[in-house]
Amino acid sequence: MTVSASSQTQSTQALIGFDPQGEMPSNEVLLKMYTLMLTLRFWDERSLKLQRSGRISFCVTTKGEEATQVGTVAALRATDWVFPAYRQPGIPLWRGANLESLAHQIFGSAKDVSLGHQMPNHYSFHHLYYASVSSVIGTQIVHASGAALAAQAKGTDDVAVTYFGDGSTSANDFHSALTVAGAKKAPALFFCVNNHYAISLHVSQQTGAKYLADKGVGYGVKALRVDGNDVLAVYQTTLAMAERARRGEGPALLELVTYRLNPHSSSDDDARYRLKGEMDGWIDKDPIPRFEAFLLEKGVLSLPQVDALKIQVEADVLEATKIAQETPLPDWQTLIEGVYAEIPATLQADLDDLLAHEQGLSLPHPGAFPL
Amino acid sequence: MNATMTPSSQMTSSLIERNPETPITMVQAINEALFQALESNPNVIVFGEDVGISGGVFRATEGLQAQFGEARVIDMPLTEAGIIGSAYGMAVAGMTPVAEIQFADYIFPAFDQIVSEVAKLRYRSGGDCACPMVIRTPYGGGIRGGTYHSQSPEAYFTQTPGIKVVIPSTPADAKGLLLSALQSPDPVLFMEPKRLYRSPKGLVPVDPTPIPLGPARLVQAGKDLSVFCYGAMVDICQAAATKLQESDGVSIEIIDLRTLSPIDEASILASVRKTGRALMVYEAPKTGGYGSEISAIIAEKAVEYLKAPIKRVAGLDTPYPYSLESVYMPHPVRVMRAMQEVLGF
Ligand SMILES: Cc1ncc(C[n+]2csc(CCOP(=O)(O)OP(=O)(O)O)c2C)c(N)n1
Repeated sequence: MTVSASSQTQSTQALIGFDPQGEMPSNEVLLKMYTLMLTLRFWDERSLKLQRSGRISFCVTTKGEEATQVGTVAALRATDWVFPAYRQPGIPLWRGANLESLAHQIFGSAKDVSLGHQMPNHYSFHHLYYASVSSVIGTQIVHASGAALAAQAKGTDDVAVTYFGDGSTSANDFHSALTVAGAKKAPALFFCVNNHYAISLHVSQQTGAKYLADKGVGYGVKALRVDGNDVLAVYQTTLAMAERARRGEGPALLELVTYRLNPHSSSDDDARYRLKGEMDGWIDKDPIPRFEAFLLEKGVLSLPQVDALKIQVEADVLEATKIAQETPLPDWQTLIEGVYAEIPATLQADLDDLLAHEQGLSLPHPGAFPL
Repeated sequence: MNATMTPSSQMTSSLIERNPETPITMVQAINEALFQALESNPNVIVFGEDVGISGGVFRATEGLQAQFGEARVIDMPLTEAGIIGSAYGMAVAGMTPVAEIQFADYIFPAFDQIVSEVAKLRYRSGGDCACPMVIRTPYGGGIRGGTYHSQSPEAYFTQTPGIKVVIPSTPADAKGLLLSALQSPDPVLFMEPKRLYRSPKGLVPVDPTPIPLGPARLVQAGKDLSVFCYGAMVDICQAAATKLQESDGVSIEIIDLRTLSPIDEASILASVRKTGRALMVYEAPKTGGYGSEISAIIAEKAVEYLKAPIKRVAGLDTPYPYSLESVYMPHPVRVMRAMQEVLGF
């Protein structure tokens, strides 16, 4: 296929776009991709509202970066392991997680799979081959190298993939990951989501390299730059690199060039550092209207369908968060669950001691004293 | 006083103007100490993630880059090992580095540099080389930060000879101790209790007034029980003691350790020998925590003075939770109950 053939000889400098001659998803898949991108956008809006009104403590959004999630996961198999950062809720949603399970996580409710152990947006879906998110930057990158070695050892042709930001390419584990995968020709795909900022630091200050993709070269890892706001370009390139890895030809680093349209998180004030005028050009490249225009032009979607979808998706998001909001917090026993496979007796005794004396006391948040 | 600081007659800040009678926050106090250090010592260099243009995620370095320039207040790439490794190199080359690790939870990528290199340079060279530096990092719970924005990893570092560990609990101590850390001939890990960054406020001298590293602070004197704490646990212990003193008429001594390493053993022993009872309060997991070390010192050197078994109030032996943080983190009710238990033995 065209992308695969041309990308073998791509320099890391050329930005790969959509290839009209290249591999295309079916209309059904295209529709699923569009619907998920809309869902992510509404999910962001709703999360921010919940955070602003004090119903959840914090959130990170993925506004502007929807194509990097949807274009990649649509080109993967359901059994390809994913080691995500905190900006990829689209992956479990694509693979069948429902919005309600995400909502329980951001509320840390009694129905949160992770037992209310982590901050919002740190999802875990082992059964969907999506490994729990850590807040620590970069640690997950090398986990993909390991899962890729596991695929080699088992003799399957699965690939393992990981997502991380531009800032994360400075973290130790990025280098460990590419060292391992490069040396072993492991079937791993490294998706570097270059959204131009690591909190306040612009990507131009993050590295002396001209392009982040250049970092793959020294490790013997095939490296490409892709238009990360073109969901079909992302899809085609991912498919080509995954097939290449499945054939045993080695790992690839895909720099998905995109832009973070929101502040880093609900705690961040991007007015302090965002380069003047930079945002404007990127709003024009917003991946959702771009994809929408393409689908309308191809007749995959009609305008009335678009309107109906938006109403439906917004309602789904609202419903899911309402349910989670009404769910109580986890039981105190969950404090000591999941530390080890078995709860140590001393730990149970310490919790029982707390329970014996303080159950029934409604403890306010530690920021406010109960005295 | 270290020769790198200007003499005390000149230790007034030309640029900071504020009313010394107006209380300020801990984060302002830290900012002021950094400002004055940069102003008075050309070798001071402040760097870390997001410390420059944005002024730090907690605003501790607000305005410093605008005042002192990008060469001395540096936004670093996202590599903690790179930050601390660079600090080592700067220190050896004669600078006074102040490195910020954005959250104590993210110090571990630099653990090797701190434990193997920074802390051991003086020893392994027999004193031939040293790398004085300050590593500032916000730590602890109380901000709904969950597993990776709430940890209290001080014990990993108090287990590491060669680096001092300092934890302030008031705005005034934050400024005074940080100024001393900047003059220390040895590396200092300066852990800032982030729950206290913005409140309560306190009076802080405007002129740079270093508070020596080492001595603990007597928060309140008492006769019946000694409470040993530091950082964000100090005001929790005070709240508990105030309540109990009112209700039960007891007299409680509270000691804020401030410098955890090297430890102020004399103050600990003197207090326990006076009161005969000891309670350790810390928010890190209980096992192997810093309060366990205080317990051991008391057991070794003052057991004959004890009228009751010693007790620890600490975090559970689990990672830090999100939803049930208010149960996990020691709070005044829990501390009060522990005080009653030790007093009622
Ligand atoms: C080891 C580590 N250091 C610092 C942080 C604090 N931090 C959280 S996100 C972030 C920036 C990440 O930037 P990037 O990798 O580009 O991802 P993005 O947030 O842009 O998606 C930093 C410094 C962290 N989580 N982990």
